[in-house]
Amino acid sequence: MTIVIPQSFWLYFTFFALLLIDGLWCMLATRNLVRVLIGIEILMKSVTFFLIVAGYLSGRMALAQALVITVIVIEVVVVVVVAGVILGFFRKRDSLDVRNTRDMKG
Amino acid sequence: MIWLTLLLVLLVLAALWASMTTALLRATLGLALTSALLSVVMFALGATLAAVVELSVCAGLISVVLVSVTSLTQPRSLKEAVEARKNRLHRFWPLPLVLLGAGVALSFVRVPVDIILRLPAGDGDVRTVLWSMRQLDLFGQILILLAGVFGVLVLFRKEAK
Amino acid sequence: MSDLLLLVPFVAVVLLNLLPKRARAAALWVAFGVLALEVAAAFVDRFACVNYGWLASLDRVLGIHLATDGLSELLMLCAGIVGMAALLVARKTLDETNEQFYFANLVLVALVGINGIAMVRDLFSLYVFVEVTAVATFILITASRKAEGLEDHAFEGAWKYILLSIIASVLMLTSIGFFLLSTGDITLDAAKGALASQQPLAWVAMALFLCGLFIKGALVPFHGWLADAYTAAPAPVSVFMAGVVTKASGIFALLRIASSTLDGAAPGREILLVVGAVTIVVGAFLALTQKNMKRMLAYSSVSQMGYIVLALGGDLRLGIVAAGLHFFNHAISKSQLFTNAAAIERELGTLDMDEMGGIGSRMPVTAGTTAVASLSIAGLPPLAGFWSKLLIVLALWNAKEYGFAAVAILASLVTLAYFLSLQRRVFFGKREERWAKVRETAPGLLVPAVFLALITIALGIGFPFALKILLGGGA
Repeated sequence: MTIVIPQSFWLYFTFFALLLIDGLWCMLATRNLVRVLIGIEILMKSVTFFLIVAGYLSGRMALAQALVITVIVIEVVVVVVVAGVILGFFRKRDSLDVRNTRDMKG
Repeated sequence: MIWLTLLLVLLVLAALWASMTTALLRATLGLALTSALLSVVMFALGATLAAVVELSVCAGLISVVLVSVTSLTQPRSLKEAVEARKNRLHRFWPLPLVLLGAGVALSFVRVPVDIILRLPAGDGDVRTVLWSMRQLDLFGQILILLAGVFGVLVLFRKEAK
Repeated sequence: MSDLLLLVPFVAVVLLNLLPKRARAAALWVAFGVLALEVAAAFVDRFACVNYGWLASLDRVLGIHLATDGLSELLMLCAGIVGMAALLVARKTLDETNEQFYFANLVLVALVGINGIAMVRDLFSLYVFVEVTAVATFILITASRKAEGLEDHAFEGAWKYILLSIIASVLMLTSIGFFLLSTGDITLDAAKGALASQQPLAWVAMALFLCGLFIKGALVPFHGWLADAYTAAPAPVSVFMAGVVTKASGIFALLRIASSTLDGAAPGREILLVVGAVTIVVGAFLALTQKNMKRMLAYSSVSQMGYIVLALGGDLRLGIVAAGLHFFNHAISKSQLFTNAAAIERELGTLDMDEMGGIGSRMPVTAGTTAVASLSIAGLPPLAGFWSKLLIVLALWNAKEYGFAAVAILASLVTLAYFLSLQRRVFFGKREERWAKVRETAPGLLVPAVFLALITIALGIGFPFALKILLGGGA
């Protein structure tokens, strides 16, 4: 069985790229650690979307769904752990400013 | 197709709002909205089970985590907050323009994506795939949840004392 | 054997947490036992056909997606040995029982992740296990709150690692999406087929995945996080990370993918050659300029990882043997150097090399073992590192990459230079007054250092035999 990837791929890809840019910008331009976490989340959303689209277009939706469910579980754990790291940083420095994480040199 | 495109536009707008808005709680709300819209998109594409998981876990659980982190780290030192608010716009105003520009540019690009591909035989139900073909990933899920439990025990430890 | 390698450490973690709290002191030794089993397991398939009996049925729980070969045994061997060393270091450098308990647990969780990386044949499962290892490592870096002097940086080091890890995850997942689009499947075999038939989407996917692994393996230009993470991590964690975590989740995955999909395909090879050469040179010169001992060792790691990647770009058959051997040598020697750094930090309370000097006569064993490991990494005969570098140069020579072979040889001189500088600044020269009373460190820290140094020497002398055992059938 062969299929041809339809032109609609480009539509989906465009929106994937937009979400990706948004997430990266949010992650890199902000100075608040919690908002970095939000940027990370937006990045993960974009990837989730892309995996589903890939499954949809290639006819492997069941596989893609299985992957996405695993990705979501991983995403939750990563968010919790990163939140813990941010909390620890806040308790130590009483600050959420990203610039305080740039002391190391060399 | 038009409805789906509209949904996707909304999705990007929600994500944009989540990254642009000043208050963290509103950003969290924006993220939950993004998640919810994404799960609608997933539903429209036929990924029902994944959509349910996305809606309950990402829009629900992760919002809870984010809200609690936000409230645990408040109040930020006042000076920092005021300064942050003042400078935010400098760093974020190009973002909508960049997104708009990228969107327009990408919609004009026409890459020949008519790649013919062969499919391996049949794609069953998602539950069958998950339980009978991806056991290893399930094991990985259990493992990473275990790691997450240790993360909570270790990183949130001071709370208990 | 394969499923048990995942299940045994996992069950050990679960059981450890069911123990009453006062029995927690035993956790380090339980983990030690599991790691010893792991080392044994790496040899079992090679030496004897053990009839597992009832174990065999247990061995099929996770399905058919795992397979061991020479490469995976190599990684398990590294993980076992390095993990044991890290646990011994933890016993001496982490003070609270609770900290030791969590360290042991998280090392075991990371070990399951590493064993998974060693055995999977599927890109997504590879990603899952890489992520498991990474999450366990995030927690490990930030776990110890009492490391004096370094305390303030633990979160910072972890933070940079987290950010780059997440970008790497995004790259890998996007790549998996592209593989799904171009082949309809995500196994390594499918990827190989797609690459062989020159599908453009598959090449995009492969490039993205490689970028993700370059970040995980801290290759230039993605090396920014590594020195901070290693320096910020508590002593036993940096032993474990430098010895096996970074290598497993970045470099080993790269080895696996190169050996099972690239198969001498031209564009892939050139990327590997260029990235490898740039990494070697940049890492070596960055190491040359460092003041902090752990930082210098970290940049040295970056540089040495470049050799492994460079070897993959050479003649593929020989290159993989050379890369595997260098992988092993470097895991042993670098974890030993970080053990030595832990000893120095414990006795002197600093890692700033400008403040040290002349402590060689006070800490002769540490000085001696450090010399063995550094000379091995710099590639001096007859130590183990010499042989692996020789093989790397040969692999490049066979592929007619004379320029890159020259880079590999010349960069060895820089390696030698920074290690001599380390020796001179730390162990030789005039001893300052404040170090007059420094003593040789506790036996608990000397044992792993001496043991690892002995492996380096023995492997160097018995090289031909060892090569047969380590990589005989696999590569």
